[in-house]
Amino acid sequence: MNATKHANEEQAQAPDEIESLLPWHAAGTLSRREAERVEEALARDPELARRYDLVREELGETIHLNETLGAPSARALDQLMRQIDAEPKRAPRTLNLAARISEFFASLSPRTLALSAAAAAVAIVLQAGLITSVVLNQPTAGHYQTASAPVAVQAPGAHALIRFAPTASAADITKFLSSHKLGIVAGPMAGGLYRLRIADASLPQAERDKLIKTLQADKIVGFIAAAK
Amino acid sequence: MQTASDEVLIARIAGGDRLAMQVLYARHHVRVYRFILRLTRNEATAEDLISEVFLEIWRSAAKFEGRSQVTTWMLSIARFKALSQLRKRSEEELDEGMAEQIKDHADDPEVSLAKKDKGALLRECLNALSAEHREVIDLVYYHEKSVEEVAGIVGIPAATVKTRMFYARKKLSELLKEQGVDRGWP
Repeated sequence: MNATKHANEEQAQAPDEIESLLPWHAAGTLSRREAERVEEALARDPELARRYDLVREELGETIHLNETLGAPSARALDQLMRQIDAEPKRAPRTLNLAARISEFFASLSPRTLALSAAAAAVAIVLQAGLITSVVLNQPTAGHYQTASAPVAVQAPGAHALIRFAPTASAADITKFLSSHKLGIVAGPMAGGLYRLRIADASLPQAERDKLIKTLQADKIVGFIAAAK
Repeated sequence: MQTASDEVLIARIAGGDRLAMQVLYARHHVRVYRFILRLTRNEATAEDLISEVFLEIWRSAAKFEGRSQVTTWMLSIARFKALSQLRKRSEEELDEGMAEQIKDHADDPEVSLAKKDKGALLRECLNALSAEHREVIDLVYYHEKSVEEVAGIVGIPAATVKTRMFYARKKLSELLKEQGVDRGWP
C-alpha cells in the first residue's frame, strides 16, 4: 500500500514529456521537430513558459560558473607532448574515405566551392536538356534506322556551335537562351560544344553573321561559330 | 581561412601527426579540463588528468569510428578518467563536505539572500549538487550535449537522462529554497 502510494507520488512529480525537454530546448540541442513541439506548448501554456524562464536562468548561471573555472597551465601540454614523444613511433596512416572527403571539401575556398556548384548545376541542366531532346526525337514506330547512318538534326533552321564560359551559371545560360530565343538541339559534344538553333532557315547569311557576333559579345559565351 | 574538422584531426592523429594533436588540444582542452574539474573538484588532479585524457586520445585515435561527435568521445574518456580517480576517494565524503561548505557560508536564508545576488546563490547551489547531478547539468547546459549524447557519455538510457536532469533541477530548487529563494517550482 505504502509502496503504491510512494509510486503514485513519484508519478505525480515526474515531468511530462515536453517539460523534460525544456533544458535541451534552452541549450538548442533538440531536433527541429521536437523544438517545434516545445515552442507550441510554450505558446499555449503560461506556467510552462514561466518554468522555461527558470531553465534559462540555470543555463546562464551554469555557463557563468564553468567560465570562471579557468584553464590548465602550459605544464599540462608540455607533459602531454613529453608523454607522446615517449610513445612508440607509428607508420603514417592513410585517411579513411569519409575523412578524405571531409578534408577535400575543407581545403576548397568558398569561391572554388561556388564555382564547382555552378558548374555542377550547368551540367545538370544541360544533361536534362539533352535527355529531353533525346526523348522528343525518338523515331516513331514504323521507321527503321541503321547503326551507321547519321541521324539528321530534327530542328531545321540556322545553327551554331557554342561552348559556354566555365563560370556561367545555370541561371545565366537559361537567361541567355531565352533572351535570344535560342534552343539547344544537340550536345554536349567533344570539347564541351553544343549545337544551337539560332534562327529560321530563311534568315539571310549576313544577318546570321551579325547575330553570331552579337552572341559572341555575351560574357557567358566562351566560343561560338556558325554551323551547317 | 579553413579549419580541419575534429574528425580529420583524429584521422591525422591516428597517423602519428603531433601537430594535429596540438590543434585538437588547443581547440578542446579548456572545456575538457572544466568538465574534469567539476567532477573532481581539485585543480591539480584535473590538470594531471587532462594530459592523461589527451594521451588516451593519441593512443586510441585509430579506433575512433565516427559514430559520435569527437567532443562526445573525448568527454566519455574524461569522465572515465575522472571517475577512476574519484574511486580512490569517497565521493560521498566529498559531496557531504561540499554540502557542509555551503551551510557554513550561509548565515541564515535572509542574510544570505541579502548578501548575494540570486545568480551567485544559484551558482553556489549548482556547486553543492551531487557529482551525478552536476555532471548531467554541465553536459546539457555547458557542453551542449543532446539527450542521446549524454546517454552515450554517462552510459544510461535516454529516458533516464531526462529523469536525472529533472531531479537535478528539482534538487537545485530545493537548495535555493534553503537559501531563501523560492522559485515556485517544483
